[in-house]
Amino acid sequence: MHKILAKKQLSPNVTRLDVLAPRIAEIKQPGQFVIVRAQEGGERIPLTIADADPAKGTIALVIQAVGKSTRELVALEVCDAIRDVSGPLGHPTELIASGRALCIGGGVGTAVVHPIAKALHAKGVQVTSVIGGRAKEWVIFEDDLQKCGDVIVCTDDGSHGRKGFVTDAAKEVLTAGGIDIVYAVGPVPMMRAVANLTRPFGVHTVVSLNPVMVDGTGMCGGCRVEVGGETKFACVDGPEFDGHKVDFDLLADRLQTYREFEQRANACADGQCRIRR
Amino acid sequence: MSTLSAKERMQITRQSMPEQDAAERSRNFQEVNLGFPEQLALLEAQRCLQCKAAKCMQGCPVMVNIPRFVSLVAQGDMAGAAKSLMGDNALPSVSGRVCPQEQQCEGSCIRGVKGQPVAIGYLERFVADWARNHGTVSDEAQPAPTGKKVAVIGGGPAGLTAAGELVKKGHDVTLYEALHKPGGVLVYGIPEFRLPKKIVASEVDRLTKAGVKIECNVVIGRTYTIPELRERFDAIFIANGAGLPVFMNVPGENFKGVYAANEYLTRVNLMEAYHAEGANTPVLKGQRVAVVGGGNVAMDAVRTAKRLGAEKAMIVYRRTKEEMPARAEEVHHAGQEGVDFQLLVAPLEVVGDEKRWVKGLKCERMELGEPDASGRRRPQPVAGSEFILDCDVVVVAIGTKANPLLTATCPEMKLNKRGNIETDEAGMTSIPGVFAGGDIVRGAATVILAMGDGKRAAQAIDAYLKK
Repeated sequence: MHKILAKKQLSPNVTRLDVLAPRIAEIKQPGQFVIVRAQEGGERIPLTIADADPAKGTIALVIQAVGKSTRELVALEVCDAIRDVSGPLGHPTELIASGRALCIGGGVGTAVVHPIAKALHAKGVQVTSVIGGRAKEWVIFEDDLQKCGDVIVCTDDGSHGRKGFVTDAAKEVLTAGGIDIVYAVGPVPMMRAVANLTRPFGVHTVVSLNPVMVDGTGMCGGCRVEVGGETKFACVDGPEFDGHKVDFDLLADRLQTYREFEQRANACADGQCRIRR
Repeated sequence: MSTLSAKERMQITRQSMPEQDAAERSRNFQEVNLGFPEQLALLEAQRCLQCKAAKCMQGCPVMVNIPRFVSLVAQGDMAGAAKSLMGDNALPSVSGRVCPQEQQCEGSCIRGVKGQPVAIGYLERFVADWARNHGTVSDEAQPAPTGKKVAVIGGGPAGLTAAGELVKKGHDVTLYEALHKPGGVLVYGIPEFRLPKKIVASEVDRLTKAGVKIECNVVIGRTYTIPELRERFDAIFIANGAGLPVFMNVPGENFKGVYAANEYLTRVNLMEAYHAEGANTPVLKGQRVAVVGGGNVAMDAVRTAKRLGAEKAMIVYRRTKEEMPARAEEVHHAGQEGVDFQLLVAPLEVVGDEKRWVKGLKCERMELGEPDASGRRRPQPVAGSEFILDCDVVVVAIGTKANPLLTATCPEMKLNKRGNIETDEAGMTSIPGVFAGGDIVRGAATVILAMGDGKRAAQAIDAYLKK
């Protein structure tokens, strides 16, 4: 059992839970994730480790409540416990040792970008972060990223930072020159747009993929993605890959596999369906 | 038993296993085989001729003293039979259900030469179940602690067996399981209707009561590495399984509706999608499900598809039933349950609709040619025989390959070309004190071979620790 020591609402549907998991807090590296199961009978949910405090033995999980299982997870309160936390899983991010990095985060993906930016900054890499959300209240980790370098905030409605997409701001940074590497994490369309943007600049672009996953140890093959024409398992070969080689159409398509099931589960959880599942 | 002459014993015919009606069971997940009642067990046990040079024992990967426990059953001494059996085999209620007996003990039984072999598997299951229902036979003295610490990696059949044997010898055993529940393939792979989860749970419970410490959610290679464990333990047994599923490498394999058998079965078994109500983990319940492969995993998947409500559940296999590696009973049960066998058929491509959902499997017909390296006749395509098999879910059950997660963090450990760990005869790897067994050594094999490895490795580890 993993006790929840702190809980914070980061945006209208994104919650941060600081969870006791001392071993993972001690050894986790940027880019790695955990698989959690809120309670007996629950779904296994892959979540990025957004931050860790080895002294307290906690890891920060940032959860976008979109389905029944994630909503159950964010309904937990401080002093409640998460039944299972397994990890740290996946390969750590390949960090450059010096130079300039552009870190791009969209929505909840910003939580994934944060530990990368933090580690780069600690190495002395100059970090520029471009983060975005629908509106002011959807922008997360802005203060944390300020500690790692410059931050450009973009919102769709212009209610905070500049109006427009992260790719618009990213394009300006890239055009100004000097960027050695791009890290981009967010919704699939955003990562695809970033990869398309950076390709003509010839800047290496790392993306973190979030396919459907069950065990997270390579056993089930559900998280298969196509990179450079080869099938890879995101859980053991990734989750980070060369964004210029990822088949984003396939990723987006496979993410639709259980949409009908999720909609039904959500409707039931909302009390909109009369048949109790 | 002494009251019966050999001739009288020869006159008893093999007792058949009571089972759920095929039509009914193909729509539920309850166990197919119902188990021998005591009367049938007594009768069946009397069929054993008590051979002096018992060939059945040589056919058993864990060397169970079969004549001894069977004779105790024949005498009605079930507690004695249980004690005898469980001294040889750590997981008899599992092996009694999932062993390919026809290739092992029963395949070697002298009564099988001119008739039906003794139903050793059914008797093993009977005794194990009797022991479980009667509060077992733990009159064994607690072993004196040796003060030696052993880490077992993987809570499947090899790891559970090794842990049980090691704790019996007085070692301090910690078992690390990557998933949230111990059991390995026994809980994520083999379905409820063949091996009820409560049986695995009770076997695990027996081990923890004997002193095995089990830590779940620990992925060796990630949470801890082998070098880290070597600092804390006197010996290590690696039994983390085969892992990665093999795909067919045909076009369309990433369409929605194509599963590796591991994923399909894990969703249904470990994640409990077999509950009609209240399951949190979804699984696509196809109307027409094509399962590619001819092994036990393929049989488990296709019979699961039937139980999830498929109108048509099909096996697609490129050879014939004779060459199928699955247990004979599984193929037989699948047939009874209405599984459709597409034999001498090989998939060429997964066909999808405009939204990339599976809508068929393009196949070609095969014919058998000369025997290949495995001794089985090699299938060859029949020219111009291509056709499309309509289906909405495809399950690929053609094997697994070594999972590199653990071995990648231990580069000094010797692997073979396929990434499996190399061991000596005792099961020791190229690193002293680090042993390995089960599928990570063998590639995909059976539960009982993994159990045999676990038993042998435990003996070797015990000898190593006493040096």
